Amino acid sequence: MTENGDRMIDEGDPNVGAPEPEGGSSGDAPGAARSGTLEAWEVFRQEKDGDPMRHGGNVMAPDRELALHYAREMFSRRGESVRLWVVRRADIGVLDDLDLLQPPLDRSFKKPGGYVMRDKLAAARDRAGTSKPRARE
Amino acid sequence: MTDPLALDPILAPTDPGARPWNDDLPHDERFELFESHVLAGGKIEPNDWMPDEYRTAVLRFVEMHANSELMGVLPEREWIMRAPTLRRKLALTAKVQDEVGHAQLLYRVAEDLGKPREAMFDDLLAGKTKFHNVFHYPTKTWADIGIIAWLVDAAAIVAQQALRDSSYGPYARTMQKICWEESVHIMHGRDVVVTLMTGTDTQRAMVQEALDRWWGPLMQMHGPRSDRTKDRDLHWRIKAKTSEELRQEFLTIYVPRILELGLVIPDRELAFDEATGEWRYADPDWAELRTVVTNHGPMSEERLEFRRLNRAATAWVRDAILSEPRSAA
Ligand SMILES: [Fe+2]
Ligand SMILES: [Fe+2]
Repeated sequence: MTENGDRMIDEGDPNVGAPEPEGGSSGDAPGAARSGTLEAWEVFRQEKDGDPMRHGGNVMAPDRELALHYAREMFSRRGESVRLWVVRRADIGVLDDLDLLQPPLDRSFKKPGGYVMRDKLAAARDRAGTSKPRARE
Repeated sequence: MTDPLALDPILAPTDPGARPWNDDLPHDERFELFESHVLAGGKIEPNDWMPDEYRTAVLRFVEMHANSELMGVLPEREWIMRAPTLRRKLALTAKVQDEVGHAQLLYRVAEDLGKPREAMFDDLLAGKTKFHNVFHYPTKTWADIGIIAWLVDAAAIVAQQALRDSSYGPYARTMQKICWEESVHIMHGRDVVVTLMTGTDTQRAMVQEALDRWWGPLMQMHGPRSDRTKDRDLHWRIKAKTSEELRQEFLTIYVPRILELGLVIPDRELAFDEATGEWRYADPDWAELRTVVTNHGPMSEERLEFRRLNRAATAWVRDAILSEPRSAA
């Protein structure tokens, strides 16, 4: 794709800052050289400015440049995206072990709802003599 | 057909998710865990272990769907240059592009289940895999294009909406995107039909003739009634509704919309039975369905031959894409 296309990608590209090959003017970033085989690229799309990037699907392409072209055809044909990312599927790390992600321990201290202090607060106010006067019987 | 089990999945299951059935267990135990997950409404992702029966069933289903999207554009493509106005030409071109896009998305889903795209094209062009009956027929007039975009797409979308909840995650997500795009096709088709119905007597007759031609194939499209308990695709929740449920749903929504235009549905037995809550209709011609989907329809061979020629004519593009890059200028 054009320089524009690559810039779009580079915003979130971990390769940014990696040494450029000599000249550095090639549209392809390091590691994006055409391999002669197709591989899966996962496509993320942003629907409007400020939205999170959401997974849209995937395309088969021999390199990032064509992956972007295909992604545009597949995921913004109706102008339904303002930004697309393509990420080589093989580069995605996955963690979905629920023992690690949602360990069966009491984590209530990490949530606002884990702090119930109504009664304690009333007791503290009583002791401090700052309790609001109750409605008289 | 290429045996899907003999193929390596494109996405090698090197990184199976942390699901109980992904653990190295005896097959029966795994199978049981997998099945209870699916039957409880759980989703399956490409990296999960899945029984061969499931993988094959999803692959068959998705591949047939992809083939139908790809072959389905050919009748409409024939009318791009003949569409009556520039706006209609643009709309039809966009629809054709959408349908090819649907084929692309669905072939991606199928590829991840282990069958390379080229193998799927080989099988399609060799007549080893199928595509939907409605795409084996000729188009005679512009009204056919209206009826196809309105009613064929409507019948398809009834099925596709039910697939948004498929147990196979990538298919379900793809169907959400496809359904969103399909809704435009139906509007385009209905607009073509309604426009003609406000035209001359000749134009109205043209629509009636097109409806007469397409009603039979439309009623056959979802397939014969089947036994819910014996349907593997239903059991695995790959799809959610039986063919009869889909046909009934289609009739409920579209019969009134057809009749309100002054069109006559060419089935004297068609009536809503208040007692059973179901539509009664003349038995569709199932022999015709079988003949047509086995590529003996009026246009089957011609459309496949078009694809063969097209594949040969575009081979250079695929070669160019896969060739080594020229050194950057
Ligand atoms: Fe479609
Ligand atoms: Fe469509």
